[in-house]
Amino acid sequence: MLKKYPTLRYILQRAGWYFLTFIVAVAINFLLPRLGNNNPVDIIMGKAGSGLSTEDARQKEEKYLQEFGLVKVSNGAIVRDAEGKPIKASKIEQFGNYLKMCSVGDLGTSFQKYPKKVIDVIKEALPWTIALQLPTILFGWIIGNILGALAAYRRGVFDKIFFPGALLLSSFPFFVFGMLLVYYFSVVIPWFPSMGGYANDLVPSFSFAFFQSVGYHYVLPFFSIFLILAGGQAIGMRSMGIYELGTDYIKYAKWLGLKENKVLAYLFRNAMLPQLTGLALSLGNMVGGALITEMIFSYPGLGMAILTAIQNNDYPMIQGCTLLITICVLIANFTVDIMIGFFDPRVKAGLQIGKGK
Amino acid sequence: MFVIGIALFFGTILIALVGPVIFTITMERVGPQYAPPGGRYFLGLNDLGQDYISLLIRGLQSSLYVGFLAGIIATTLGTLIGIYGGFKGGWVDDFLNMVTNLFIVIPSFVILILISSSFKEGRSLTLIGIIIGMTAWTWSARSVRAQSSALKSKDHIALAKMNGANTLKVLLVHILPYLFSYVFMVFILQVASGILSEAAISMIGLGPLDTVSLGTILNQAKNTGALGDGVWWAFIPASVIITVIVFALYLINTSMEGVFNPRLRK
Repeated sequence: MLKKYPTLRYILQRAGWYFLTFIVAVAINFLLPRLGNNNPVDIIMGKAGSGLSTEDARQKEEKYLQEFGLVKVSNGAIVRDAEGKPIKASKIEQFGNYLKMCSVGDLGTSFQKYPKKVIDVIKEALPWTIALQLPTILFGWIIGNILGALAAYRRGVFDKIFFPGALLLSSFPFFVFGMLLVYYFSVVIPWFPSMGGYANDLVPSFSFAFFQSVGYHYVLPFFSIFLILAGGQAIGMRSMGIYELGTDYIKYAKWLGLKENKVLAYLFRNAMLPQLTGLALSLGNMVGGALITEMIFSYPGLGMAILTAIQNNDYPMIQGCTLLITICVLIANFTVDIMIGFFDPRVKAGLQIGKGK
Repeated sequence: MFVIGIALFFGTILIALVGPVIFTITMERVGPQYAPPGGRYFLGLNDLGQDYISLLIRGLQSSLYVGFLAGIIATTLGTLIGIYGGFKGGWVDDFLNMVTNLFIVIPSFVILILISSSFKEGRSLTLIGIIIGMTAWTWSARSVRAQSSALKSKDHIALAKMNGANTLKVLLVHILPYLFSYVFMVFILQVASGILSEAAISMIGLGPLDTVSLGTILNQAKNTGALGDGVWWAFIPASVIITVIVFALYLINTSMEGVFNPRLRK
C-alpha cells in the first residue's frame, strides 16, 4: 500500500530508524556512566554526606539509590532485607527503571542544585541553547554554501584568497576562536560583553531592556560559531560546485547562453543536496563544538549546565544533559532527513517506480 | 599548498622533538604568577609561575601523541569495518552500515563526556586517545565503505575469487592497496579531529590528569580568569599552535584531494 507513496514510506522508514537510534542512545546513556563499576551514589554521598546528620545523609542516599534504580522498589518504597538494608537491583532491573523514569520525563534530582529536578534545570537552559545554535547553524550553512558556490564558479583571485581563508577559519576549534574574539572585542576594545546571556542586573522578562541586553550578549557567541561553520561549509560546497561545473548539464546550459545567475542557480540546487546530507551527518559534531563555546561565554545554556555539572560531579545532571543533547541532535537530523525526502528527486523518482509496479 | 602544509606540520613536530634539547624543560615554579613575557622566559609564566615555553612544548607533544593515537585507532577500526562491509555486501554490510550510521548520529562528544566523567581517577593521556579513537571511527568506516563497495565489482576481484583467493587475501591484496591514498587522507583528517577532540574535552575539565596538553593549558587560562584580565600569553600561543597544526593537516588533505581529483586544481 505504501508503495504508492514513496515519500511517506521514506519518512516512516526514517522515523523507524531514528526510533531505533534513540533506544540505542538511551542505552548508551544508561550504560557508560556505570562502566567503571563505580557507584555514582557513593561518589555523590562522599561529597554530600559531610555536614549532614547520619539520618539526613541516609535519607538522601536512599533517595539517590532509588532514583538511580540501584535498589529494588515496590509500591514506591525501598524493599529491605532483614537488617533493614536496601536490596540491590540487577542491571536489567536498573535499565527497566531508567526507561520508566525517562518515559515520564523524570531525569532525576540534581545533586548540586538539590532538591531541584534535573528536568527543571534543563528547561531553563534549553531555550538559550536553541536560540543560540539553531540560527547560527542555519545561517552558517546558508552563507557558507553561497560563498562556496561563488568561489567554485568564479575561481580566480576571489577563490585564491577565499579558499585558504575559509580553510584557516575551519581549522580553529570553536572555543579557541571564541576566546580570541572575547580577548579582542571585549577586553582589548570593550565593545561587547564577554560573558553571560544578559546583563547581571536584569531579570528575564518580556521588556525591551531585557531583549536589548540579550541581543548585545548574542553578538560574540554568534560570530564565534557562525564564522567557523560558514568556513567549513564553504569548503565542502566549493569542491562540490567544482565537481558539478564539469558535468554535461552545466556545459550545456552555458552553451545555450543562459545567464550566469541561472546557471549558478542550477549548480547550487544540485550541489546543495549532498551538502544537506553533510549537514545531517555533522550536526552532532557541530553541536558538541558549539556547546563548548557556551562555556567560554558562560552562556546560560546546556553547555554551561553540563560544565557546572562536570565540575561538581553532578551525575544525574550530566546524564540528563547528555540525553537531551542527543535527543535534540536526533530531532534535527530527522528534520534534515525529511527535507532530503522532499528535495531529492531520487526519493520522488521512487514514486514513479512504485506506481509502475 | 601541499608544501606549506607539510612544512608547517613538520615544523610543529620538529619543535616537539628538538624543543626539549634546546630549552630546558622544567615544570618547577620559576617566578611570580603571570609574569609577563620578557628576558629568559620570553613567553611569560602561568598562574603557578611555570614557564610557558616548557608547558607549550610538553603540550604540543601531548597533543601530537593523542592525535596520532586516536587517528591510528579510528582509521584502523573504520577501515577494517568499512572495507569488510563494502566488500561483503548483503546482510553483513547492512548491519555494519546500520551500526556506523547509528554512531554517526549520536554525538561523539556526548559519548566522550560520559566515558571521561566516569573515569574519575587515572584518566591518562593514552586513555583519552583511546577513547577518542573508539568514538571517531564512524567517519572513516563510512567513506572507506563507499570506496570498497565500488571496487567490489571490478574484474580483477572476480578473477582473484575465481582463482580461489579467500576473503582476507582479496581484501588485503586486491582491495586495500587501491584504497591506500584514500585511507591516508582519512587518517590525516582523523589526526586533526583527534587533536581537536582532546583540546575540547580538556577544555571542559575532563582532560588528562597525568600531563600537560594544549587543551589543559587553555582550560587553566580560562579557569584562572586570564582571559578577562587580558593575560594574552596564557592563551594566544596555545591557541595559535593548535590552529596551526590543524590548518597544516587540512592543507595536506585538501592538496591531496586536488591530486586525486584533477578538476579541483586549475
